[in-house]
Amino acid sequence: MNALYLRRRITNALAMTMSMLATLVGLAFLAWILWETLRQGISALDLKLFTKITAYGEDGGLLNSMVGSLVINFIGIGIATPIGVLAGTWLAEYANRTKLGESIRFLNDILLSAPSIVMGLFVYTIIVLPSTALTHGNTTFSGFAGGVALALIALPVIVRTTDEMLRLVPSTLREAALSLGVPQWKLTVQILIRAARSGIITGVLLALARISGETAPLLFTAFGNNYMAINPMEKMSSLPQIIYQYANDPGESMHALAWAGAFVITMFVLLLSLASRLILSRTKVSHD
Amino acid sequence: MNTGTDHIIKSYDTELSRLTAEIVRMGELSVKQLEAAIDVVERRDERAAQRVVDNDDTIDQMEHDISHDVVRLLALRAPMAGDLRNVFAALRTAADIERIGDYAANVAKRSIPLSMVAPVQPARGLEHLARLAATGVREVLAAYQERDAERAHAVWKNDTVLDEAYTGYFRQLLTYMMEDPRNITPCTHLLFMAKNIERIGDHATNIAENVWFQVTGEPLQSQRRKLDQTSSADFSGLAGSGDKPARP
Amino acid sequence: MTDPALAARPLPVASPKFTVRDLHFHYGDFHALKGIDMDIPEKQVTAIIGPSGCGKSTLLRIFNRIYAIYPKLRATGSILLDGENILDPRYSMNRLRSKIGMVFQKPVPFPMTIFENVAYGIRHHEKLSRSDMEGRVEQALRSSALWGEVKDKLKQNALGLSGGQQQRLCIARAIALKPEVLLLDEPTSALDPIATGRIEQLVEELKSEFTIVIVTHNMQQAARVSDLTAFMYLGELIEFDKTEKIFTKPDKKQTEDYITGRFG
Repeated sequence: MNALYLRRRITNALAMTMSMLATLVGLAFLAWILWETLRQGISALDLKLFTKITAYGEDGGLLNSMVGSLVINFIGIGIATPIGVLAGTWLAEYANRTKLGESIRFLNDILLSAPSIVMGLFVYTIIVLPSTALTHGNTTFSGFAGGVALALIALPVIVRTTDEMLRLVPSTLREAALSLGVPQWKLTVQILIRAARSGIITGVLLALARISGETAPLLFTAFGNNYMAINPMEKMSSLPQIIYQYANDPGESMHALAWAGAFVITMFVLLLSLASRLILSRTKVSHD
Repeated sequence: MNTGTDHIIKSYDTELSRLTAEIVRMGELSVKQLEAAIDVVERRDERAAQRVVDNDDTIDQMEHDISHDVVRLLALRAPMAGDLRNVFAALRTAADIERIGDYAANVAKRSIPLSMVAPVQPARGLEHLARLAATGVREVLAAYQERDAERAHAVWKNDTVLDEAYTGYFRQLLTYMMEDPRNITPCTHLLFMAKNIERIGDHATNIAENVWFQVTGEPLQSQRRKLDQTSSADFSGLAGSGDKPARP
Repeated sequence: MTDPALAARPLPVASPKFTVRDLHFHYGDFHALKGIDMDIPEKQVTAIIGPSGCGKSTLLRIFNRIYAIYPKLRATGSILLDGENILDPRYSMNRLRSKIGMVFQKPVPFPMTIFENVAYGIRHHEKLSRSDMEGRVEQALRSSALWGEVKDKLKQNALGLSGGQQQRLCIARAIALKPEVLLLDEPTSALDPIATGRIEQLVEELKSEFTIVIVTHNMQQAARVSDLTAFMYLGELIEFDKTEKIFTKPDKKQTEDYITGRFG
């Protein structure tokens, strides 16, 4: 009896140690990444980073890239959110358990794991090339095209989370509303979306975090710009793209700028994650 | 009611069958008390009579235990339908048997003053009454144990035989008392004893009614009107009216 | 205890609210209800009991055709509500559901304020002025014995209420539409005994106004709250009689076995 008990205690201690070690490894890498970006970029982390544009090179900052990133991400999430929420709602509420719904869900999952450069090339073909031809070269690469590319990446994430979140809403809530004689569309808009709201918002924020770090799709679409651009029809700089560019530069101070940019993105993503956590925890109410 | 299937909770079955066994054991003891009482009347044995009287405490204690078991079953098992009727019938039957035990003890108790006076001839007749009553109780206990409504009904109908025998015995005692006033004291004792025995028969019919209700879910009284209308004709005014409230 | 004259009186009852005739129900290939015939009396409590999967909840869900939101379900036969067949596709769903309220196993308040939860259904069927609406909501909350507990927090989220309060809110939501029938699908299975007692007391009070049909796993509950009890088994209605009769002297062996805990 005692031997058995001892063996269980040893097994338990062993399992605890292993899982704690695994957690520590994950956290250690996260801390390491944050520390490295901070350490390497600290020399460039000053006011000039946020006030000067990239045209000044090593004496400049990243202002135009940050503005570009904001504009492109805003366009991307602005396009992806309504389409994604509507599509996810359709999947969960109208096409659930139908063949069409299942196949679209499957295709969406494929899109979810498609390489992001494919999206860049796709948008290059359907927007950049035609607009170049139509405007005789006046409009070629653009922040808008970059936004569309990012939207294509965010879209399957939002579709997926909306679908999942709505399907998590207990079916009795639907029955309760329908048993009051409420029609399906009212039920969906006024009750189900509301019940799944926090989950859907979290999905959108996570999609935003995902696209804010994308480089590859922007290379063929927004291209980059050393000067400040607000008009989305112009070429536009963005943080991931400038990091990519500066990291390939031989100059040490350019590397520091790239690291600083990486640090800014990392903090942005971290804040988004924290925000989504906050939203989830604040609206979470037990159903029992 | 006996559906032949066991309860999902096995201990429930155990408790219900234990209750039935307790009742049957208590009933057998009450019949033995009645027979012992008659025996002491014949043998004019005062000390044996006192033992019979003392033994009644055992029956009282058994009734107490059964009531406790019934309350426990009702509270913890919440019996339904057939089980509910089973428990309900057990409670009422235990009360009837307890009364039977009391009457048997009363007969034994009266045998003590009776044995102090000279023996009288009609003392013999009492035994016949007691045999009838004991048979009725035995039969109805068997019916209870077997959950046999028809057998219980037979006991119930047969009670008229005991009633008639009692009426006859009553007339006989009356004759003896008119014949010789010295017979009045022993005959009065005998009269009370006969009355007690007749009451035992009534409790046997009560038990028969319990069995009938337990098995069928219907009261036996409703049957009586249909089956027994003629029997009211041989109801004798001498037989102590008011003793059988159920009689129409 | 049972007057033979009373016991012999046959159900169907004099004024049935629902008249169910030869009702069959299929889930795809599964034959869930096999020819149900029953009359549910007006302004009384009818309990439906039976083991899991016997079809009792299915039967309840046909009374307001809530099953119709799922594909591959099919009901045949007829259910007359005050003489009109509700299974007839021409019977307006809107009308049916304004006449029949339903309360579910788990309390499911809408993600809104307490006030809005009750007002929501009313708004769909009637246009009321602000003060009329307030009166209606208060009345519904009073009838469901919740008013005293929530009158000072009508603007708070309903999800903040306890389970028992949420369930009474769901009852308020259902009766706010002034339905004629209230369907209760195991309404207390997620509640503690005190909250259960309150709901049962409420059922007792509401039966003067509504025809109530309650599905329950708890036989004691059926015995406590209902006037009539139906026992179902494997998609068939085995026995339907006065509750007192079912729990003291059921006619069918299957009923007796189930009620006394002998089902194996």
